[in-house]
Amino acid sequence: MSDWKPIIGLEIHAELLTESKMFSGCPVVDSVEAAPNTAVDPVSLGLPGTLPVINRQAIEFGLMVGLALHCEIPPVNQFARKNYFYPDLPKGYQISQYERPLAINGWLDIEVTPPDGEPYRKRIRIRRAHLEEDTGKLTHIGGGSSLVDYNRAGVPLLEIVTEPDINSADEAEAFARTLRAILQYLGVNNGDMSKGVLRVEPNISVMHKNDTEFRTRTEIKNLNSIRNLHRASLAEIERQIRLWESGSEVKQATLGWDEAKQRVVIQRYKERADEYRYFPEPDLPVVEISREWVEEVRARLPELPEAKRRRFIETFGLSEYDARQLVAEQAIAHYYEETLSAGVNPKSAANWILGGLFALMNEKGFERENIESTRITARQFAELVKLVDAGTLNKGTAAAVLAEMWDTGSDPALIVAARGLAQVSDQDIIRQAVAKVLAENAAMARDYLSGKDKLFGALVGQVMKAMGGKANAQVVTDILRRQLEALRSSM
Amino acid sequence: MTELTDLTLSQALEQLRARAVSAVELTRAVLQRIEQTDAALGAYLTVTADRALQDAEAADRARAAGDERPLLGVPLAIKDVFSTAGIETTCGSKILRGYKPVFTATVVQRLYDAGMVMLGKLNMDEFAMGSSTENSAFQLTRNPWNLERVPGGSSGGSAAAVAAGLAFGTLGTDTGGSIRLPGAFCGVAALKPSYGRCSRYGLVAFGSSLDCPGPLARTVEDVARILQVMAGHDPLDSTSVTQAVPDYHAALAGGVKGLRIGLPKEYFIAGIQPEVEQAVRAAVARLEALGAQVVEISLPHTDYSLPVYYIIAPAEASANLARYDGVRFGPRIEKGEMWPTYKATRSLFGAEVKRRIMLGTYALSAGYYDAYYGKAQAVRTLIKQDFDAAFKQVDVIATPVAPTTAFKIGQNVDDPLQMYLADVFTLPASLAGICGLNVPCGFDEAGLPIGLQLLGPAFGEDVILRAGYAYEQATDWHTRRPVLRNEA
Repeated sequence: MSDWKPIIGLEIHAELLTESKMFSGCPVVDSVEAAPNTAVDPVSLGLPGTLPVINRQAIEFGLMVGLALHCEIPPVNQFARKNYFYPDLPKGYQISQYERPLAINGWLDIEVTPPDGEPYRKRIRIRRAHLEEDTGKLTHIGGGSSLVDYNRAGVPLLEIVTEPDINSADEAEAFARTLRAILQYLGVNNGDMSKGVLRVEPNISVMHKNDTEFRTRTEIKNLNSIRNLHRASLAEIERQIRLWESGSEVKQATLGWDEAKQRVVIQRYKERADEYRYFPEPDLPVVEISREWVEEVRARLPELPEAKRRRFIETFGLSEYDARQLVAEQAIAHYYEETLSAGVNPKSAANWILGGLFALMNEKGFERENIESTRITARQFAELVKLVDAGTLNKGTAAAVLAEMWDTGSDPALIVAARGLAQVSDQDIIRQAVAKVLAENAAMARDYLSGKDKLFGALVGQVMKAMGGKANAQVVTDILRRQLEALRSSM
Repeated sequence: MTELTDLTLSQALEQLRARAVSAVELTRAVLQRIEQTDAALGAYLTVTADRALQDAEAADRARAAGDERPLLGVPLAIKDVFSTAGIETTCGSKILRGYKPVFTATVVQRLYDAGMVMLGKLNMDEFAMGSSTENSAFQLTRNPWNLERVPGGSSGGSAAAVAAGLAFGTLGTDTGGSIRLPGAFCGVAALKPSYGRCSRYGLVAFGSSLDCPGPLARTVEDVARILQVMAGHDPLDSTSVTQAVPDYHAALAGGVKGLRIGLPKEYFIAGIQPEVEQAVRAAVARLEALGAQVVEISLPHTDYSLPVYYIIAPAEASANLARYDGVRFGPRIEKGEMWPTYKATRSLFGAEVKRRIMLGTYALSAGYYDAYYGKAQAVRTLIKQDFDAAFKQVDVIATPVAPTTAFKIGQNVDDPLQMYLADVFTLPASLAGICGLNVPCGFDEAGLPIGLQLLGPAFGEDVILRAGYAYEQATDWHTRRPVLRNEA
């Protein structure tokens, strides 16, 4: 394996969350949820005589992404026709951009955390980003028949193409996560790969250490999650190495990912280069992007993950790792900032999101990006953190309260009151409990005093148990230590 | 007494306004004439008689209520290349047989809004590809001046209908001469506006960078009235211009005194029918006598227009016609699987359409794009620059519309190149995007009309209309009416 280096370029298609389609006033709907062919108009159906009109919002969204990816914005971009026949393509050509894309020559820094190595940063170059229109969707219903739904036809798509700078499945995943977060932060795409709103397609080849040229590459399509992007890339890299090492060869092909069998499947071999007969779209003028427009859009860019991460570290004193976790999904960053707006200590809030809430979400199989659809509002969550910081709840009871909040959506204060979970810090009560535990566990106490330090924790546990878990752990520790020392001197 | 159908649009309008005639009377007269003569002529593909009478009744009621919209109650007809909601729109092709659009082309809607009476849809070469209307999949249209002759094309139905009194005005489209050539062959005033002057929304595309909707009518004045309604920016067509629309009717008067008219030597060449050259030169002399200055000019890249056009227009057409796949509209020839179904359905295209799709597909293919499409665009720029330079010297350019008068039906059908040559004098202006007007300027010995082409700079319609109007006022060619008959 070490003789081989994977060479991966990504092609990303992001549907833009514009009000209307790329070339008409037809509204954009959720093409998975909406009834088929309800969001169509003469233009998106390609009826004879219709003409495209460029959606200004789509251009602006494209500019935002281009700028966020540090691209150059050429002063002029131009649409072109990409010709091919397919029933989901109403006009028999797709209006795309070819020779003059919206954005070129950018880059994106990614942070890669390989499972078996040190985290590292890497810069991935962006070749181009251009605008085009989406196609409709075919559903094959068997018996040689297919149904076409044109709701998605004409929805604005931004195609982003990287240079082949990605050298592992981990890097591909890191790029996809980083880019997805940026798209979400910009509010131009919701990042949903399962619905095809965001599509990430890797082009993969492998290079032997003695190679001077790239080898044949394959392309994997229809990946419905970033996890599957990682798995499929890994599987394809291994497949290609196996083929080359067995004296066979990789054929240019389009692949899919069989989730059940966890392997790539060949959808079609590409015998020759595609022939799309591109030519400039005569129905549309070229798009001139003035420098003023670029600066205006740049000024309106929201805070992006990288900047937010730096701010979290510098302003709140969070660790690099914690800050990264919090900004990785816009929904989490938003939840975190909402929590802070209720006047909570930033470090405590971070700890309770990354520890308590994430643990709970993992347990319940809840995706992190859906944090805002849990029953626990940021305000309630903030109340919980405050109760902990005020000493009303200890760690253990707080976790129990959080779990109940998850199930019921109740305010933490109500749960604490109803269950009498408030932390006990009263010295007299704790002193009595400690004395009782030492009396009942005299042997354990003796062993501790004779050098078995580890038993201290067990004794703390006994006290907590005796107090129904509500005791202030710090107070327990202090009193237990004092009473044990008193015992030692009395021995 | 003159028949109602012999009136010009402007005369009809005058009578309507004077309450001398009602829209219903006018419409009935035209419908009756269609009924009597169109079987022989073949101008109409669809006659919307019921709708026409409803429109006419509505127009009469509106006028009684004080409505004075510019075309109120005037019976007009539309080339079948324009999308008309609820009215079959075929583009002269079997592949659109039975297609009833759900929307109306902007220019047609503007005519409706101006009060026109909708007579129906007119025959054309399939997808506007042709110079004789013989490429219609449905029927021949005959030249009203001689039923053995073609009316020109592709807007043959539009020109024949006007010449024969089957409409007071019509809409056509001009991609390489398709308004001007039939205008000349049928002896009617016919204007190709500048590219971008009139909206293409709802015009079924042939060559998107060339297609121009425009009016045909008996007189230049009539043409100006229709253009006034059609012209202007349309937010649904990004290639339509926002430039203000002048008052074309007001611009008609003023004469040609001091007007500089250019005669391009490249348009008076060997092979041109002598009577055509004589008539055009005589017309220019007439304009000179009216006070214009005539200057010989040169448009050196004229010769390249034909090859350039036959790369660009088919290339655009090859993409524009890809949507006719039987999936969403129009007939589908079901063959079980996708590709066989595509092939069978698309076999409904006629020979000329197939020829141009193949030409265009080839010109855009990888490895040929630069040599063909790329080069053609570069030469197109040179052709445009010829005109830019010329219009620094002159206000209007005068040429023949076509090298010959109307040819015989069937004469060129087996020789596409010969057919293409009919457009040799109209193609350059199309490629340059400028405006051009046909004005009748005489008849040949066979009694067939001859057309004078007046070219103006982009958005200079007012200037060529003024020149054309001055010529028309000084001559009586436009007052002659054909008697429908076969060759003597």
